[in-house]
Amino acid sequence: MPPAGEDVREEIVSLYVKQKKIYARAVSGWFARWRWATVWATQLVFYGLPWLEWNQRQAVLFDLAARRFYVFGVVLYPQDFIYLTGLLIVAAYSLFLFTAVAGRLWCGYACPQTVYTEIFMWIERRLEGDRARRMKLDAAPWGASKVLRKGGKHAVWIAVALWTGFTFVGYFTPIRELGASVLGLGLGPWETFWTLFYGFATYGNAGWMREQVCKYMCPYARFQSAMFDRDTLIITYDAGRGEPRGTRGRKTDLKAAGLGHCIDCGLCVQVCPTGIDIRKGLQYECIGCAACIDVCDGVMDKMQYPRGLVRYDTLNGLRQHLSRGQALRRILRPRVLIYSSILVLIVAALFAAIALRTPFKVDVVRDRGALARQVEDGYVENVYRLQLMNATEVSQRYRITARGIDGLAADVAAAVEVGGAQARWVPVALRVPPGPAAVAGPGSHRVEFVIEQLPPAPGAATHQLVEKSTFLVPR
Amino acid sequence: MSDFVSSGWALFVAVTTVLSLVACIALLVIASRRRVMADDNTTGHVWDADLRELNNPLPRWWMWLFVATVVFSAVYLAFYPGLGSNAGSLKWTSQGQFESEQARALERMESVYAKYRAMTPEQLMADGSAMAIGQRLYLNQCSQCHGSDARGSKGFPNLADADWLGDGTHEYVAKVIKEGRNGVMPPMAAAVGTSEDVRNVANYVLSLSGSPHNAAAAQLGKPRFGTCAACHGLDGKGNKAIGAPNLTDRIWLHGWGEQAVVNAITNGINNAMPAQGRLLTPDQVQVLSAYVLSLSRPTAVAAAK
Repeated sequence: MPPAGEDVREEIVSLYVKQKKIYARAVSGWFARWRWATVWATQLVFYGLPWLEWNQRQAVLFDLAARRFYVFGVVLYPQDFIYLTGLLIVAAYSLFLFTAVAGRLWCGYACPQTVYTEIFMWIERRLEGDRARRMKLDAAPWGASKVLRKGGKHAVWIAVALWTGFTFVGYFTPIRELGASVLGLGLGPWETFWTLFYGFATYGNAGWMREQVCKYMCPYARFQSAMFDRDTLIITYDAGRGEPRGTRGRKTDLKAAGLGHCIDCGLCVQVCPTGIDIRKGLQYECIGCAACIDVCDGVMDKMQYPRGLVRYDTLNGLRQHLSRGQALRRILRPRVLIYSSILVLIVAALFAAIALRTPFKVDVVRDRGALARQVEDGYVENVYRLQLMNATEVSQRYRITARGIDGLAADVAAAVEVGGAQARWVPVALRVPPGPAAVAGPGSHRVEFVIEQLPPAPGAATHQLVEKSTFLVPR
Repeated sequence: MSDFVSSGWALFVAVTTVLSLVACIALLVIASRRRVMADDNTTGHVWDADLRELNNPLPRWWMWLFVATVVFSAVYLAFYPGLGSNAGSLKWTSQGQFESEQARALERMESVYAKYRAMTPEQLMADGSAMAIGQRLYLNQCSQCHGSDARGSKGFPNLADADWLGDGTHEYVAKVIKEGRNGVMPPMAAAVGTSEDVRNVANYVLSLSGSPHNAAAAQLGKPRFGTCAACHGLDGKGNKAIGAPNLTDRIWLHGWGEQAVVNAITNGINNAMPAQGRLLTPDQVQVLSAYVLSLSRPTAVAAAK
C-alpha cells in the first residue's frame, strides 16, 4: 500500500499489454544437445511415418471416410477406440511419472510447441543473426536489407508450416496421392482447408506466439504444482552459493570480497525463452529447457568455479543440503514407484490386448419389426442380422451356428466370406422345432451365436467368437 | 416457420443476443484501465502475513482474439439464422442442407446406376455388386416389415418363396414397391352361411393343401366352397389378376390352422403395403426389384456370398 499521508498515486494503466518480444540468446551445452536430439527424434517420426509403406498401402493411415485405421499390420475399427483410450492413459501416466521425477521434461524437450519453436527460432537465427543482431534489426528502419531478411525468414517459416500441414493431412489421406494432387493443383477442398489450417497454426504458434502459448494458453503450466513434490528435480538457482551476487575479477578472493559465485552476468535471463529470471526461484513460466543451466555452467567454467550454480536439484535437496547421490536416491519414492508399476501394467495390458485380439468382430442385431414368427409345421423362427467385421487384410470365411435351446438351428449358408478390412451384414434366421419351443415356453430365452473363423489353410490357427442374443417364443 | 407460439420470443432472443455481444465489448472497454494500487504489481492488500494478489495485465493478443470472436459472431449472425426468426442472408436451413447432400449423393451414385439402367433384370440378378447394392437397399428399406431374411411373418409376405399374388415379374415387383399394394378380401361369412358352415368351409380349404383338418367337416364344407371360387377359382388355385391367393399351397400369410381361416372368412382381410416410391429413385427400385426376385430364384444369382 502506498504509505499513508503521501498523495495517493492516481496512475492509470492499461490492462492490456503488448507483449515484449523476447530475444533468446543462443546457447550450447549438454541440455541443449538433448533438446536437439528430441527435436530430431520426434520430427523424423512425424515427417517420416506417412511415407512408409506396408502391405501395398501406407503403413500408418487413418482413413476416416472408410472408417478404418491402419497402424502397420493392425487394422482398427471405430469400435477399437478403447485402444486409443489405453494409449492416452499410458500417455497420462508417463507424464505424471517423469514430471514427478524431473519436472517439465515434456515442456522442455518433447512438446510440439517447444519443438517447432526451436526449429523456427533456429531459422530466425540463421536469417536474422544472433540476439544482439536481431535486436538491432528490429530497431532499424525499414530498408532493403531488413525486408529481405524478415521476408526471407517468413517465407521459410511459411514453407515449413505448409510442409507440416501437408504431412499432418497425409496421415488421413495417403500422402503420396496427396503429393500428386498438390503438384497437379487438384487438391480437394477439405484437404486444402486442413493443410492451410494446420500450417497456419504451426506458423502462428511457432513463429509469432512462441512462449505466449506456454505462459497463457497451455493448462499444463498451471497444474504443474500438483505434479511436483519436494523431491522433484527442478531447475534451481543455488542462492546459498550464489548470493551476494556481483561482478569481480577472476582471481578475486570471494570470502574477502563477501561475494557468492553469481557474477550477475545476466546470461541466464538472456537465454531464457520465456523471459524469466531463474534466480528468483522456480516460476510457472519456466518450461524446463535448461538453457540457463547450460549457459551458467559455461560461465562457471570460464570463472573456474565449479559447475552447477544453476542446476537440477530438489526442494528437499536444497533445504536439507542433500548430496547429489542422496537427492537422486529419493527418486525411488512411493509416488514414483506407484506410477511406474501402474504404467508398466497398463502398457503390458495394452500390448497384450492388441496382440491377442480376435481378428474379427461380430454384432448381433435382432429384427424388431417381426419379433418372432411361426412357420408351417409349427417351427418358431426369429430373424437376426449379424454384422461381421473382418479386421485382417485378407479375405476370411466364417461359419455361423447357434446354441441355447434344444434343436436350435441357424438357417444360413455353410460359410460366409468377408473381404479384407470389410464389414458385411448377414441375415440369419434361427429356428426351433415346435416341441422344444413349447418346452422352453413363451417369452425371451438367452441364446448364443458361435462364429468360427474357418482356417485359411489346414491346421492354421483359428479364432471363435460367442455373441449372445435372445430368442423369443410367441404366446 | 417460427419455433415459438408467439413472435415476441423471437424478438426477445434477437435483442438479448445483440445486447450480449455489445456487453462483451463494453466489458472489454470498461475493464481496460485500472488504477495502480501498489508498487509491486499486486492489489496492495496482504492476507495472512504474506499472501498477495497479483494484478498482471492481459496480453494484447488475447484482447484482440476476444474482439475477433465478437466480430465473428456478428458476421455469422448476419449470414446464418440465430437472431430470433431472422433467416440470415444465406438462407441456410438444415432441410436445405440435407436436400443438397442428397442431391450430391445421387450425383455420385449416377455413374453406378447408369450402368444398371441399361441391364435387364436377368443381367442384374447375375451381377454380384448390383445384388450387393440390392441387399443393402433391402436391409435399409424393406427388412423392417419383411424381415432381414425376407421371409416375412404373419401379415408380411415371404419374398423368398416363388408364390406371388401377382404375376411375379420384375415389372410387377417394381410396381408394388413404388405404389404399394392393398390386399383386400371382403368378409364372406354372410355369403357362406352360418358360423358352422364357415367352420366347415375352413376345413375344406385346409384339406385342399393337405394341411391337418377335420375330414368330416371338410366334406360338409365342399358344396359351400362355390362362394369362394368366384375369386379363388374352382380348384382353389387363386387368381393372379385380382390378387386372390392360391389356397392349395401351404403358404399361410395370415396364420395357419382352422381358426385363422375362420377369421379370414368371417372378418375379411385388408392388408396394406405402403408405397415406397417416394423414398427410392427409379434406378434404386429397378435394382431392388431384381434383388427381391433373385431371392426366389437362387439358381439365377451369382455367388454374391
